[in-house]
Amino acid sequence: MTAAVIATQGLVKRFGHLRAVDGIDLDVRAGDVYGFLGANGSGKTTTVRMLLGLVLPTSGEISLLGERMPKAARKVLPRVGALIESPAAYGHLSGRANLTLLDAAGPGGSRRTRRARVGEVLEQVGLAGVGRRPVKAYSLGMRQRLGLAGALLRRPELLVLDDPTNGLDPQGIHEVRDLLLELHRGGTTVFLSSHLLAEVEQLCSRVGVLDRGRLVLQDDLATLTAPTGATVVETPDPLRVRAALDGRVLSLDATRAVVRGADPAEVNAALVAAGVPVTGLALQRPTLEEVVLAAAGGSADRVDGTEGRARR
Amino acid sequence: MIAVELAKMFRRPRTWVTIALLNALPVLVAALLALTDLAPRPGEGPPFLSAVLTNGTLYPLAALAIVLPLFLPIAVALIAGDAVAGEAQAGTLRYLLVRPAGRTRLLVAKLISVVAFVLVTVLVVAAVGYLVGQVFFDVQPISGARATGGTALSGTSLTPAQITGRTVLAIGYVTASMLGVAAFALFFSTLTDSPLAAMLGALAVLIASSLLFTLDAASSIAPYLPTRYWLAFVDFFRDPILWRDVVRGLGLQAVYVAVLLGAAWANFTTKDVTS
Repeated sequence: MTAAVIATQGLVKRFGHLRAVDGIDLDVRAGDVYGFLGANGSGKTTTVRMLLGLVLPTSGEISLLGERMPKAARKVLPRVGALIESPAAYGHLSGRANLTLLDAAGPGGSRRTRRARVGEVLEQVGLAGVGRRPVKAYSLGMRQRLGLAGALLRRPELLVLDDPTNGLDPQGIHEVRDLLLELHRGGTTVFLSSHLLAEVEQLCSRVGVLDRGRLVLQDDLATLTAPTGATVVETPDPLRVRAALDGRVLSLDATRAVVRGADPAEVNAALVAAGVPVTGLALQRPTLEEVVLAAAGGSADRVDGTEGRARR
Repeated sequence: MIAVELAKMFRRPRTWVTIALLNALPVLVAALLALTDLAPRPGEGPPFLSAVLTNGTLYPLAALAIVLPLFLPIAVALIAGDAVAGEAQAGTLRYLLVRPAGRTRLLVAKLISVVAFVLVTVLVVAAVGYLVGQVFFDVQPISGARATGGTALSGTSLTPAQITGRTVLAIGYVTASMLGVAAFALFFSTLTDSPLAAMLGALAVLIASSLLFTLDAASSIAPYLPTRYWLAFVDFFRDPILWRDVVRGLGLQAVYVAVLLGAAWANFTTKDVTS
């Protein structure tokens, strides 16, 4: 159940003086929907490319589905579906022709079932009716769907997706999310690289956060956003909360007070006994955004004068 | 994989437009010659052109000689330069490689499709040249088997069978010469993500080579210039065939092709694909 699907040890990629990826130990297990978060330029794409054998690591080891990469690429990669950065296809050919050529270009896709598989994935991503139109006449969203279809072509055990909802409209995003969840229920492990926190929060069961080439956080989403042991009280009169529960108040603002205590019922009883009006009560949970911001530094796009990035 | 690459190339409209444009110049030249009857004097202008007015069967060779210095290398450099860099620029290279196509396999498939393009292009130029020759010019009657089929450049006569055989040899030789161009362009294509840069790089090499060839000061390196023996296919039409330059030309192209493809392979199989 918890077999490692992606495991890296001390993975480093250096471009000149820049350590784009600086010693990361990924641990993605079978059945995970793994959210790989990081600001632009934090090394996400380089890591994804190393996992797939496109970029060769400076040092460190990668194991993909139990095989060593990039050595076993020919054996492993047919079992992996990938969407890297943006989709790409030959503009003068139809979507169907593109998928057929892609399938014929490598091992692990039987010629006999090719037609059926191509039809099936086009249906899955909602492009079944697109016909012979050349890809250059596709919208960005359609190209994204076609890219996803290419990734699904051989029923992969592992999907590696880099920003799969880029360019899709809200309905499209919703469809892709449903599709991924459906595939996940069917046993596919999903590795989702994204800078969209909301997307990851809705989809993923495990999260890794990359900051300037380092993996600063890797844990179950449920653990990261577990209750903090405090209760958030909504009230029109926060000052009276401080009077009633002196010493337990962690913070106050105009309409809310955060009170130490993991049992909202107990907090409520104490406040009601003191005659404080309470309009809302909730366990305090950190949002993924707060967790990520606490773990990672500023945006990697920022290049400050001194020591702005993890250069050298 | 090879079938995939061939399908990709020959299903692409651009491939056929290139070949069609390549044939435009010999056709235009033939039309002008036929209309004006003003052939260049023997020894001037492209080889064979002076002879075609009297014998249209030589026009395939004249057509090859017309496109050989510039048009044919441009077409070959265009296709070969696009081979890897074009995929990189379009972003399809990364999807091919994670498919996984295998870098060596992909390069070999690209090479074979480029060779196929060179062959098809040279054959089409020769075929169009043949048709044009039949249409625009007098053709020596082939029925008189013992009649002179044509005149060799050295003045003696060749039978039609000899002309046909030697034309085939010449087509083969031109194809081999173009493989050198293809190897340059393919090597540059693995260096850059821009197909334009790869094509221009290969053309720059050829232009430099042609220029140095005309320079007396460069005579010591002249035998090693890639374009040095290109026009040696003319020697197939001397009687007897003058093999010396042809053999040297083939040897030189073989060395260029081997070295450049080795370099292309070494570079491509170890490079980070970041396109």
